[in-house]
Amino acid sequence: MSVFLIHPELPFCKGCGHHHVVRSTVKALEAIGVKPTDVILVTDIGCHGIVDAHFATHTVHGLHGRSVALAAGIAMGIPPGKKVIVYIGDGGATIGLQHILEAARMNIDLTVVVHNNMLYGMTGGQPSSLTPRGFRTAITPQGTSLPHHDLCRLVYEAGAPYVARVLGVGDFSEILRQALETDGFALVEVLELCTSYGLKWNPGLRLKALAEEAGYALGVWTRPPSPVFRLRVGKEGSLRPRGEGLLDLPPVAVRFSSPLEGRWTLILSGSAGEGIQQAAEILARAAMATGLHATKKGSYPVTVGVGFSTAEVILSRSPISYHGVHEPDAVIITSMDGLQNQEDRIRRMRRGVLWIDASLPVPETGAEIQIRDFRGRVGARHAALYAIWTVLQEMGILPPAALREAVQESPLADRVPMEIFASHG
Amino acid sequence: MISRSLLSYANRKMIILEGPVGRERKRFMKSNSPLDFGAAPPMDCYPVLLDGSRLIVEACVRAGANVYVGYPITPANLIFSYASRRFPIALPAPDEITALQWMAGLSAAGYLPVTATSFPGFALMVESINMAYMMELPMLIVLVQRLGPSTGTATAGAQGDLLLLDGLISGGYPLPVLCISDLEDCWLLPALALRTAVELRAPVVLLSSKEMVMTQASFDLSQLPEIEPVRRVFYPGLGPYRSYDPGDGLVPPFLPVGNDHHIVRLNASTHDRSGLLQHTSEEAMANTRRLGEKVEALTPVLYHLDEQEGARTLVVSYDITSGAAREAVRMLRAQGIPVSLLLARTLLPIPAIYYEVIDRYPRVVIAEENAQGQFARLLFGRRIPSKIRLVGAVGRMVRPEEIVQEVLAP
Ligand code: SF4
Repeated sequence: MSVFLIHPELPFCKGCGHHHVVRSTVKALEAIGVKPTDVILVTDIGCHGIVDAHFATHTVHGLHGRSVALAAGIAMGIPPGKKVIVYIGDGGATIGLQHILEAARMNIDLTVVVHNNMLYGMTGGQPSSLTPRGFRTAITPQGTSLPHHDLCRLVYEAGAPYVARVLGVGDFSEILRQALETDGFALVEVLELCTSYGLKWNPGLRLKALAEEAGYALGVWTRPPSPVFRLRVGKEGSLRPRGEGLLDLPPVAVRFSSPLEGRWTLILSGSAGEGIQQAAEILARAAMATGLHATKKGSYPVTVGVGFSTAEVILSRSPISYHGVHEPDAVIITSMDGLQNQEDRIRRMRRGVLWIDASLPVPETGAEIQIRDFRGRVGARHAALYAIWTVLQEMGILPPAALREAVQESPLADRVPMEIFASHG
Repeated sequence: MISRSLLSYANRKMIILEGPVGRERKRFMKSNSPLDFGAAPPMDCYPVLLDGSRLIVEACVRAGANVYVGYPITPANLIFSYASRRFPIALPAPDEITALQWMAGLSAAGYLPVTATSFPGFALMVESINMAYMMELPMLIVLVQRLGPSTGTATAGAQGDLLLLDGLISGGYPLPVLCISDLEDCWLLPALALRTAVELRAPVVLLSSKEMVMTQASFDLSQLPEIEPVRRVFYPGLGPYRSYDPGDGLVPPFLPVGNDHHIVRLNASTHDRSGLLQHTSEEAMANTRRLGEKVEALTPVLYHLDEQEGARTLVVSYDITSGAAREAVRMLRAQGIPVSLLLARTLLPIPAIYYEVIDRYPRVVIAEENAQGQFARLLFGRRIPSKIRLVGAVGRMVRPEEIVQEVLAP
């Protein structure tokens, strides 16, 4: 008996093609001269999947259709030289087609053996996407009406360097050997007949004749070698984090002071692409430079480049454990998008100040209203920063120099004309 | 006032901590861990503006997580993007089922993988999380909650997935679920979750929500304690190795699949101690029961308890609403009203101590960002005792004033 097998008696029905798959696999493994610990057999759900106990190799028995993705995770992570084999049925290949195509596209070092007996054997014989037109099954006694996928072609087109289709009779270990020795993704589709259900519904059917009639081309299709997808693991398996950790976050030194005693909340709303989020972040940093605590939240539609952009900023003398803003102290609106987004809130306001661009209609509100020409004075791109500058100056919450320095330390330093901070409207 | 934060490993060790973060405050800038920050000079204060996603990623990496597998989804994208720059290996998966399957394969091969997602992606992962649970593969899934049902509103926060997690494992077996309640937790809990995953050989969910991981806040990095990397110990014996033989304990020693010494058998279906398929044999059923027993016995019990003498009301919360709960308690105390606070960090399996604490109070206010009171239902089912008051919100954060109002209500 082979070193790869524990029990010579296989658990399949008499005459089932799965016997030939196992025997040919074992012969191929012997031919390439690997050890049982070099082989990882990943099985799917289906009759073929109960074979684990018979193999003396590593075995992994996964979910229906997902074995190729599971095996891909293993294969990309282990050193070259190990052989990862997937046993999957035509049903598993149907539900997990995406995983097969993806593994082929990535060229993961796997050998996938598809036991294509053209139906789901374990569950009573239902058709899969690999069942040929006219083939009768338990739930299609008149024969299936749709054509089958040409799995080999799909996988080859996805980039697999080795694809083969064989009749699952006798010894096809040479094909499996070639597949196993392929550097990268290999798939072998083995055509079989389920003696329990296939023959029951299609009496007298011969595999060879069926394959010809259904147009299953037998053969081997190869491509020149291409890079195999493996994780880049350093010497002795070392894996080091990349980058600088948290140290690329610029620290904010406290060098100003603020008269703010309690908490001040601001909503800043305008149009996407007009620097709303960056302006709010600069405000938060400027406040930190005065020793205040700050939080900043952004909200925008899923289409990040158009529509509104709203930021909520809280500045506080004491730590901020709750960072929601219910009734803001100030709302700054720099564009129509921002106004539309915040209109409900503005109408609900009973206190606080609404700072609104002169180009916009002023909604009814209980807030104090301050109309300013933000856009007109500095243009749309800088209106948000300029509005913050204006509000800070008039409210006296932060020293002007704190905001100016925060701008200079920001990625916007070169793009914002500093003259806009010279005066305010 | 008794103020304490407890971090304990049930039946094993109990560490009493000072303050909300706990552990001795070893300044991380002076850390000499192999993953040090580099040549930066020690500083007493390192204030930055950052979000929770950034801390979560850094904490994972420092704890020894080495592969991030991501699929884009709001509001977990920041985690994916930071991880792609920081993790030793970051892989973009073609879908969330593949993401979890790759993670399972990588975990089986000895890696410590992490992903982050939100409900729509998490839903696709459920079968594979069950697989990892059955195969006993350590991994971390950060679930960032957003407004549902279905795709709901991707950019609005919520706390709507707790009850889903309670029944996630078919058969009712408990899944370890830890939950972040503030930025310091974004630093501490990923490491504890990863340690739990490795020590229990199990997938662990770290629950969070949009506002918790996306809000930027001023934060002093120098106050963060050092993170000890999770130690991986692989089966050192001479064999025969049986993948699911726990010996005298509850957790079988781990050995990566594909190793040169012993064959490893992993199995998502009912199996015996060797990992071989079984129908319902006695050995196999004992093995399946053990999966739940280990999680019940070994999941760390993490919570923040701040009890005030004379308090007749306990405020209970978790995740994003913890901030509002803290603020409400502060407001009440400022008015001279004594009140106690319990913030749950271990959500599942439910720590028994939560019931003990709740039993001490004639009124309990549970606050969370959903309409059903999911944590209250988790604790009490559909028959919530009348002393329990619920404060909820949908599509917005719970406000501290709403909690205060419920504490003071007649
Ligand atoms: S039911 Fe069909 S596929 Fe399954 S072992 Fe029997 S013959 Fe083979």
